[in-house]
Amino acid sequence: MGGKEISLEKLRQRDTRRVAALFLAPVAILMAIYVIYPIIDTFITSTYQWNGISAGKKFIGIGNWKTLLADSSFWIAFRNNLVIMVLSICIQIPIGLALATFLDFGGKKLTVFKVIWFIPLLMSSVAIGFLFTYALATNGGLVSTISGWFGGGNVDLLGNPKTALLTVIMVICWQFTPFYMVYFMAAFTNIPYDVFEAARIDGATRGQYFWKIAFPLLVPSMKSAAILSMVGSLKYFDLIYVMTGGGPGTSTELMATYMYKQSFSTFNMGYGSAVAGGMFILISMVSLITMKLLNGKEEA
Amino acid sequence: MDQYKKNKQKSIICWVFAFALAIFYLIVSFMPFIFMVLNSFKEKFEMLTKGVFNLPDSLNFANYTEVLTGGFSKYFMNSVIVLTISLLLLLFIAACASYPLARFKFKLANPIYAGIVACMSIPVHITLIPVFKMSRATGLYDSIWALIGPYIAFAVPISVFILTSFMKEIPREIEESAEIDGCGKIQMFFSVILPLAKPGLATLAIYNGVNMWNEFSFAYTLTQSSENRTLPLAIWEFQGQYSMNTPMIMAVLTLTLLPMIVMFIIFQDKLVKGMTAGAVKG
Repeated sequence: MGGKEISLEKLRQRDTRRVAALFLAPVAILMAIYVIYPIIDTFITSTYQWNGISAGKKFIGIGNWKTLLADSSFWIAFRNNLVIMVLSICIQIPIGLALATFLDFGGKKLTVFKVIWFIPLLMSSVAIGFLFTYALATNGGLVSTISGWFGGGNVDLLGNPKTALLTVIMVICWQFTPFYMVYFMAAFTNIPYDVFEAARIDGATRGQYFWKIAFPLLVPSMKSAAILSMVGSLKYFDLIYVMTGGGPGTSTELMATYMYKQSFSTFNMGYGSAVAGGMFILISMVSLITMKLLNGKEEA
Repeated sequence: MDQYKKNKQKSIICWVFAFALAIFYLIVSFMPFIFMVLNSFKEKFEMLTKGVFNLPDSLNFANYTEVLTGGFSKYFMNSVIVLTISLLLLLFIAACASYPLARFKFKLANPIYAGIVACMSIPVHITLIPVFKMSRATGLYDSIWALIGPYIAFAVPISVFILTSFMKEIPREIEESAEIDGCGKIQMFFSVILPLAKPGLATLAIYNGVNMWNEFSFAYTLTQSSENRTLPLAIWEFQGQYSMNTPMIMAVLTLTLLPMIVMFIIFQDKLVKGMTAGAVKG
């Protein structure tokens, strides 16, 4: 009796595994072809000197990687990524939270605000890039016109290496703040209404309710928002590629734009692969460290 | 009573202040769109001679007709084809993968799930060169078909993440009663789990649909000729053609935004919820 039961159980398990394998196969094949193999291949290509098209591939070992470590353009790009990451978190999350709080306190009457604030998120990064290239144009741009009203002259925000990165970051914030607004609105609705009611009955003002009750309850959401913003900032590409192409000079260069230009503009695919590999390693490291830090605090 | 009055006054001041800031942000958010739409109706030099915020001399649709007859529909159709095929395949295979991960008990379930979810932070750029090479080797380069594979693959991690947690919520009892009726595991997926997962699939369709519709990196790398490019690149192509004609570019931008605005009006809350699906777990 006992033996039979065990074998029946085993048969069932085998059946489960077989069905699981069948259902997981498409995803496994796809990920192997489009994610895992390319990652390996990028590291292999990074050991060659190769223009990507001709057959003339020359093995140079860790030559590209040595160049990469000493390449100041790459490290400037990495630093720019970090600047975008920090400023994105510091600007988008507080403004997003403020907008969400405003909408949450104001209720349905403020839907107009919600709808208009949301629209930037509907536009693709490429379209936003083009829109702002023209809106920030020195002649006949939006900012120049407004500065003209106040007696200022034309401003060239994107052409000046000192202001280009900050300008681009402002555009990024313009695009993504609504995302965090909607995100925090969802977080607000997750706070049970009883909590709000109880606080009001106890005589808390809205300000007190926000700082003493809602804010601490929203901290976990803020943490995941920060992780999200962080990973996004390190991968950033479309908008900057369209708006400045990394320039002027290297002032808005990002790891991704640098990789793209090395590989597909100057056709230096061996080195481009090394840049992509470096980018992959750095992003994985930063992600791991931040997640460890944020989760570690949670346990304490 | 005094205290109450004081609080009331304070609260009014706070609201006035908050409204002022809200309206300021409203202007910041909306100004670029006014700039875009207003100028899209102007003639080439009207914008420069009469200023950015002047109303156009006449409501002149010439820019729009020129863009629409200048190949815009081709880009639009390419985007629609890529989006439809990628999305349908993605939803099906992501649902397939999520089913065993959410409903079966086997040793590898957790490591496989963790592996797939970990792929979420992988940057597209690490795969760009190899995928470019592959698409050349298979002859898919410079056709919209080259885009479908990468689009699906990069949408899989988040989709499996969301669908697995969604499918975990489906009560066991439903499955058990079907099992008693002699329903096998494969049949269970098609007749029980998949129909019950529809709301999750809808959210994912919106989230991934928006991302694929706006995707740039792969589309820019894997296609070359203008008849094979998707909508985000239409702007690029038109810019090359009309770089000095700002109103024309504004018309192109307005036209690319229009489908999203229409979707937003129809599906408002669903779209908002779908677009943040990646952040709000489950």
